[in-house]
Amino acid sequence: MRFRLTDDQRALRVGVREALARQFDGRALRAAVEEADGGGAAGEGTGRAVGAPRLGRGLWRALGDLGFFALRVPEADGGVGLGLPEAVLVFEEAGRALLPGPLVATHLAAGAVPGAATGETVVAAVDGGLVEWLAAADVVRGDSAGAVPLRSLDPLTPLHRVPAGRPASGTDPVAVLLTAAEQLGTATRVCELAAQHARAREQFGRPIGAFQAVAHLCAGILVRAETARAAVYAAAVTADPADIAAARILADEAAVRGARDCLQVHGGMGFTWESEVHLHLKRAWVRAQRAGGVTESEEMLAAALASETA
Amino acid sequence: MDLSYTPEEEDFRARLREWLARTLPGLPPRPSPGDWPGRRAYDLGWQRRLYEAGYAGVHWDATPGVRLIFLEETEKAGAPYVGAGFVGLLHAGPTIAAEGTDAQRARWLPPILRGEEVWCQGFSEPDAGSDLAALRTRAWRDGDDYVVTGSKIWTSHAEVADWCELLVRTDPAAPKHRGITWLALPMDAPGITVRPLRTLAGPAEFAEVFLDEVRVPVANRVGDENDGWRVTLVTLSFERGTAFAGEVVACRRALAELAVEARKNGRWDDPALRRRLGRLNAEFRALWRLTQWNVSAAEASGGVPGAGGSVFKLRYSHARQELYDAAAEVLGPDCLDLDRPWTPDRLSSLAYTIAAGTSQVQHSIIAERILGLPKGR
Ligand SMILES: Cc1cc2nc3c(=O)[nH]c(=O)nc-3n(C[C@H](O)[C@H](O)[C@H](O)COP(=O)(O)OP(=O)(O)OC[C@H]3O[C@@H](n4cnc5c(N)ncnc54)[C@H](O)[C@@H]3O)c2cc1C
Repeated sequence: MRFRLTDDQRALRVGVREALARQFDGRALRAAVEEADGGGAAGEGTGRAVGAPRLGRGLWRALGDLGFFALRVPEADGGVGLGLPEAVLVFEEAGRALLPGPLVATHLAAGAVPGAATGETVVAAVDGGLVEWLAAADVVRGDSAGAVPLRSLDPLTPLHRVPAGRPASGTDPVAVLLTAAEQLGTATRVCELAAQHARAREQFGRPIGAFQAVAHLCAGILVRAETARAAVYAAAVTADPADIAAARILADEAAVRGARDCLQVHGGMGFTWESEVHLHLKRAWVRAQRAGGVTESEEMLAAALASETA
Repeated sequence: MDLSYTPEEEDFRARLREWLARTLPGLPPRPSPGDWPGRRAYDLGWQRRLYEAGYAGVHWDATPGVRLIFLEETEKAGAPYVGAGFVGLLHAGPTIAAEGTDAQRARWLPPILRGEEVWCQGFSEPDAGSDLAALRTRAWRDGDDYVVTGSKIWTSHAEVADWCELLVRTDPAAPKHRGITWLALPMDAPGITVRPLRTLAGPAEFAEVFLDEVRVPVANRVGDENDGWRVTLVTLSFERGTAFAGEVVACRRALAELAVEARKNGRWDDPALRRRLGRLNAEFRALWRLTQWNVSAAEASGGVPGAGGSVFKLRYSHARQELYDAAAEVLGPDCLDLDRPWTPDRLSSLAYTIAAGTSQVQHSIIAERILGLPKGR
């Protein structure tokens, strides 16, 4: 038992982080948000749908070239031939960078839907009553008949409601795990942002991080993120559905509460459209709806408890 | 990332399981919580059996895999916990192994392993709790001895201990962290008075220890004079890092029993309650993974656990309290009955966010040492 990243896994993380910084840095994120925002404040409250975010085809193909989608496709079939632990590390970085697009759906389609592995084809998937990125997709998995757009809370995740959505309980556990990995990325990022701000911002003549009320909020973000990390990585190694459900519960909590506390640490700045913080919170909320939400995972682990004693 | 065990480790597991199945039925009945001499004899007797079967040193020199297998299997089999052996096996022992001289290791470690001597921890004082470095128990050098005067409080197992890992102030003029020394105090030395303190859970789990010109040989000093704070940080990292690992397995077992109880009394049909237990299942699974993560990290960095121990300690102590709060929800009015085992366990769980550094202190440690935030105070 050596439960820590191997040298290769460390190198993969660094490589992915650098590649994503090239493909989708803070400025690209900002530009994508502004574009999606369209009319901005003028559109708000008028009932008019805000401009939908566009999925950059160039970005998608670049991700394909990086092996983002083909990561777990066997080498014999032209893929990268890596496993779930590596996929989790990559999706964590994607979550951290707020990378837009139906990443999980396209990744899961690699090998099954032509062009998905290379990033030529954008694949969306119906999940319960929702589909992310429906309009941008070339292929939609699941029954999306009668889909209606809704005004998405997350400026970078367009959403459709699907009346006849299949029950979420049919969700592939790998989709749940990769979502948890993205949440972990968010939790890690908001921890960094909160700590940075707490060190830099001064009030009453000292950094706000010198106030325990602030420092302890930051420490709480870290504790949730690191506990979630252990759960997510372990689930990637075992691929056990109960481990995955546990990882999901911990990672959702780490991301959503982490983003909220990070917002609190930022004060008024945290409430602005300018700040990066709300984007993390909104994305975390979107991901928390996937695969039946956390309720599904809690029920599953309650049932597992019963069988553990039997 | 590897969570699998080697064939040798699996072999260890199989032999341990078989040994536990053979040995546990022959154990004497457990003494009552208030029977200290009985508890000492019981806990040492268990350690002696472990020693004879070759398992005594598992906390110290085994691979992380073997250690965790040991904790898992003993807990699953319902074997006794370290009990009165806690301080000796899980912090004084590892500290002496890391910081002591050869002679000190030879003197103190074997009796801990053989289940012959009990240690207690004399760190906290009436005016030095969270601010441990403010401790005032004084030690003067007199020939080959230190002469110690002062008092300690909250000293668990003091009544039945042979030795005490004692922090004393040897240089009152130095800044508070630089005048502390770590001594091994023989508990039968003249001038020591132990006064048991009852806890809110009923029995006396800890005590006040008064020291009146107690002579401690200089040879009992671990580390250099006035270097005791550094030695203390080593001790505390063991305490927070790995000492609670076995309890996570125990909590998982308790949670499974709670599910059985809920099914029996019908509370299981309440989805909110069921989901609460499902969440706790996720929590304790994650804490076990965090243990594996921390133990692996400690191995990679030379054996001493890092500040990650505070992350675990903080999260675990709250999870444990939530477990027993959930138990109270399952039991309903029965949660007021001290004869239901959940009730005293719930009371004991209240200590977890205080002992071994309060939750507030752990938050501050994480903020300062991991996140690099400025020192507050
Ligand atoms: C069951 C049990 C067993 C124990 N066994 C032992 C033992 O064997 N040996 C031993 O040496 N000690 C032992 N202790 C003592 C334990 O380590 C102390 O109780 C603990 O460190 C807190 O110190 P205190 O009780 O003096 O509380 P205080 O330090 O007075 O704290 C009181 C409150 O103030 C808060 N506080 C204090 N300082 C700060 C700060 N800087 N920032 C924010 N909040 C702060 C604390 O979090 C707490 O909520 C035991 C305690 C318990 C409960």
